[in-house]
Amino acid sequence: MMAARSATRGSAATAEDVDVPRAGYVPFWRRALGSRSFVAGATLFGALLVVALLAPVLAPHDPSTQNLTGGLQTSSADHLLGTDQLGRDILSRLLFAARTDLRIAVTAAAFPFVFGVAVGIIAGFVGGWVDAVVSRVIDTVIAFPFYVIVIALVFAVGVGEPGIYAAFALVGWVGYARVMRASARTLRSAGWVAAARGGGLSTPRVLVRHVLPNVLPQAVVLLMTEILLIMVAVVTLGYLGLGVQPPTPDWGTMIADGQNFITTKWWLSAVPGLAIVYTGISLSLFADGLGDAWRVA
Amino acid sequence: MPPFRHFAVMVWRVLRRALSRVVPVAVGVVVIVFFLLRLVPGDPARAVLGDTATQESVDALRAQLGLDLPLWKQFVDFVLQLVTRFDTGDSLVYHESTRVLIAERAPLSLGIVAIAVIVTLLVAIPLAVIAASHKDGPLDHLIRVVPTVGLGMPTFWIGLLLIIVFAVTLKWFPVGGVGTGALEPWRSFVLPAIAVSFAAVPPLVRSLRAQLLDVMDADFVTTLRAAHIPERRIQFRHILRNAAVPSLNLFGVNVAYLIGGTLVVEKVFAINGVGMLLFNSISSRDFPVVQGVALYCAIFVVVITLAVDAISAVIDPRLRAAPSHLVTA
Repeated sequence: MMAARSATRGSAATAEDVDVPRAGYVPFWRRALGSRSFVAGATLFGALLVVALLAPVLAPHDPSTQNLTGGLQTSSADHLLGTDQLGRDILSRLLFAARTDLRIAVTAAAFPFVFGVAVGIIAGFVGGWVDAVVSRVIDTVIAFPFYVIVIALVFAVGVGEPGIYAAFALVGWVGYARVMRASARTLRSAGWVAAARGGGLSTPRVLVRHVLPNVLPQAVVLLMTEILLIMVAVVTLGYLGLGVQPPTPDWGTMIADGQNFITTKWWLSAVPGLAIVYTGISLSLFADGLGDAWRVA
Repeated sequence: MPPFRHFAVMVWRVLRRALSRVVPVAVGVVVIVFFLLRLVPGDPARAVLGDTATQESVDALRAQLGLDLPLWKQFVDFVLQLVTRFDTGDSLVYHESTRVLIAERAPLSLGIVAIAVIVTLLVAIPLAVIAASHKDGPLDHLIRVVPTVGLGMPTFWIGLLLIIVFAVTLKWFPVGGVGTGALEPWRSFVLPAIAVSFAAVPPLVRSLRAQLLDVMDADFVTTLRAAHIPERRIQFRHILRNAAVPSLNLFGVNVAYLIGGTLVVEKVFAINGVGMLLFNSISSRDFPVVQGVALYCAIFVVVITLAVDAISAVIDPRLRAAPSHLVTA
């Protein structure tokens, strides 16, 4: 909400700045609802959120109740998607896993977002040695393949949720910092920024009140993509046994469990993956739609 | 062929620009890998040996890892070991140099990366050309929707799907492991490589398409058309070449992603490469090997970035002629 308001104000400022004729003021929600990507993405992602939140109500069974004599069942009225090797209901585990994986992905994305945006706009706006140092640190982190550094960090800090948060806190800010740095750099020389500074506003005030609202929409669009990337990484860590630990349901460990039966019961691994693909489509569409509505790339 | 002196100046400029970017990154990589072990909460030696180990054995391991020395001394030793032995120490499990362990397994991982690079280019370039030449048509829309779907597909899951379809059902490829026949390793690499390249294709198509559209509208293309240069020659000799440079840089970044994906996918296909070494070392808490894998991967990415810079300079003469401060990397 807040981001939406500041964004419209921000784009108004840039539009006046470069003297683009504007055909009347179109509120953010009007533009958002005009974007097919936004509507589709918001609907799909909203549905996923509802399902994740209502998992305890919607799930037909307890996700952790084992039934060792009823393992690896195929679809039936009682177990729509069958049961896993421990006789647990797969549909219930899928729903609860949505809860786990989304919660971790969103939580893990929060700190990098705030830190990365702050570092990026400060580096880009202030320039000089601050920018030089930040740029070198960014280059260094990028030199490590994403999964290699994340796996090594989770391993060092400790397997499971705390390790995941620590790893993404250390690595995840880089994407925002790069993009925000570039945007803040171009704004530095804009006429209205010079005017704000000439008017006697302090650098922190110019940054927070004037630069930040202009670059924030771009960062929020990036945030949606990052949540998706982090979720895929969390699931991958789960698959490798480094992420969410059993018996907590997680799509990654479900896929890993199913791999043992891949020659006969392929759906055990295939179905949880579809849940990830669904999440991916909804978040990408939502990100594209936000980009359309805010007119950022 | 330019005179030798011009060539030397050109090489020097490319080299100097590369080095000014590489040296700080190399230092940063070494620092990060060094502190990786120090991130471990509590005593790393205790973490390796577990709660049941005696205090004497923990102290012995502390001494072996050099953890009883002051931090600066540890860092100096670490760097010296790197410079003299290209190594992050001996494995705690195999009692062998991490460099040797990684070098033994690197061919398998690099084989997958190499095929993944080829697959990525073979798929991405035609898709981008088709999308750009049918701008806003149905084909363009279709090609642009694919990344939306692909972005959320975990590499390891795509690997499993490929196993289900092409190994279990169609039996075209092995389910896992690496065969020993003459061409057998390459056959075992095909499915892992395809799985890995899935993630690398979409951003490359997006970037190359945008660059192609940019260049197609450029004035020089209109001039070439006016001069009756054959359309095919314009497309390949001029448009693709001009559009390639920014995408090539992106591809350099993507290679880092391909490597990460390869390590993960080795687990799916039970290929005993660097990835397996990494995961085995993680379960046995073999710190020096984990550090070594991280370090060598980063070095490899840096080398690729340098190579991409050099290739860009070959493709685009402007990059080698201009003083470094005018070139935006």
